[in-house]
Amino acid sequence: MLKINNIEVVYNDVILVLKGLSLEVKQGSIAALLGSNGAGKTTTLKAVSGLLRPDDGEITDGEIWFDGERIDKKDAADIVKSGIFQVMEGRRVFKDLTVEENLIAGAYTRPGNTVSTAMERVYNYFPRLKDRRSQLAGYMSGGEQQMLAIGRAIMAAPKLILMDEPSLGLAPLLVKEIFNIITTLNREEGTTILLVEQNANMALSAAHYGYIMENGRVVLDGTTEELKANDDVKEFYLGLSEKKSFRDVKHYRRRKRWLS
Amino acid sequence: MEFFVQLIITGTVIGSIYALLALGFTLIYKATDVVNFAQGELLMVGAYICLHLTVSYNVPFWASFLITLVFSFTMGFFIEKVFLRRMIGEPIISIIMLTIGLSSVMKAVVQIFWGTDTRTYPQVFSSEPFMIAGLSISRVYIYSIAAVAVFLVLFSLFFKKSKVGVAMRAVASDQQAALSMGIDVKKIFALSWGIAAVVSAVGGIFLGNINGINTTLSHFGLKVFPVVILGGLDSIVGAIVGGLIIGILENLAGGYIDPLIGGGAKEIFPYVVMIAVLMIKPYGLFGTKAVEKV
Repeated sequence: MLKINNIEVVYNDVILVLKGLSLEVKQGSIAALLGSNGAGKTTTLKAVSGLLRPDDGEITDGEIWFDGERIDKKDAADIVKSGIFQVMEGRRVFKDLTVEENLIAGAYTRPGNTVSTAMERVYNYFPRLKDRRSQLAGYMSGGEQQMLAIGRAIMAAPKLILMDEPSLGLAPLLVKEIFNIITTLNREEGTTILLVEQNANMALSAAHYGYIMENGRVVLDGTTEELKANDDVKEFYLGLSEKKSFRDVKHYRRRKRWLS
Repeated sequence: MEFFVQLIITGTVIGSIYALLALGFTLIYKATDVVNFAQGELLMVGAYICLHLTVSYNVPFWASFLITLVFSFTMGFFIEKVFLRRMIGEPIISIIMLTIGLSSVMKAVVQIFWGTDTRTYPQVFSSEPFMIAGLSISRVYIYSIAAVAVFLVLFSLFFKKSKVGVAMRAVASDQQAALSMGIDVKKIFALSWGIAAVVSAVGGIFLGNINGINTTLSHFGLKVFPVVILGGLDSIVGAIVGGLIIGILENLAGGYIDPLIGGGAKEIFPYVVMIAVLMIKPYGLFGTKAVEKV
């Protein structure tokens, strides 16, 4: 469904962030994109959704295909219309708009007569939002804001949702709730999801396929079962390694192996 | 007492026009982060176009009013598309200089076409005043307050209820998030300019009906600063309330202080208020207290 082919992204004409990244997301699946800070995960999502331009970024090489259509040259608004919706990192709700107005903004690309049914669907997923429909979004808790951010995505009825760290800054219980919603969304609506996460444990249990990024490239990919069984992933992302001496420097060398 | 009430009424009329102008200013500032120094010129151009249509082409007033609104919208729309669009991401001072340049150009163009003499609108509203509670109030005052009120209500409904209005506020709140929602931010920018030009033109037309017009009409653009600073730069409610307060205060100053000191108080009073507000309540009555990170 989504196919990223060897893209390079440059910020400010000098900073090369993605160095030939390729990945594929299959229709109806959840794919997780993991990696440490600064690996280029968010940049990858923004490259797909066309949101690089406000950050002065540019795709200089490679191509992105979505549903058999090339989208890397398209405008952000057109990309949303073709069925890709990004839930941005840090929730980014419109603070001085009410919950309902936030949802209406989410449905901007949809025909007007579908808005009220879509809104009912969102309230079905998040009954808490219904109670707060006329409250200003800025006054809600972090968890509710994240629900609203996902709700806005549901309003747009996209084929593919790009989710950037939905668990950011949430209590463990809420993280679980949010991931539940993500998997239900995938199962019931058939929405394809590309998920960027720091919480590797959660992401790998929700997703079907995983990519691990480092330094602007995919260094490892596989089904989530394969990844969970991988020793490196266990050690660096899941924190499951056996106790060992801190004098053991093999740690660093193993990391290097991926970069060469 | 009657003098006082008359001052209040005149102040409300002028204030409601300030409110319209400030609404346009705030709209542009909120949505596009541009401080527009050409707001008064948008008002002036609107007033001249409507006058010209009515006088030279004998178009009925209501029709020339509507044509002016369409013209103003188009003008605002294209000013954004041609000039401001290229300035996105440029330093704020360059953008301010651009709007000051625009204001000079518009003023000059108006002077080329219509000269600098004061012109008056033909009698549109009957000159027989309304009598309300023993006070005679001129008809044009009543109509302009009513028209301004209608426009303000229409716009609040537009921002609250319509999809595009909500999208405009979304852009004002968080541009990138709005972009991620498929909202065409550039179109919203152009739309803000269009609407700002429309509300200014409405103000200009009614001012013209009250006082007649010449190119000093553009000075109203500077009065917008005390208004928006009092109301809060980014608040639409603030623009309306601030407009009324400044209009009324200005007239009271003109009525009571001017005779004592021999004139001039009316002109400077709004700016005195502005400085006082800046010292006491720098975000205005309704503005958001945003912490600017340096």
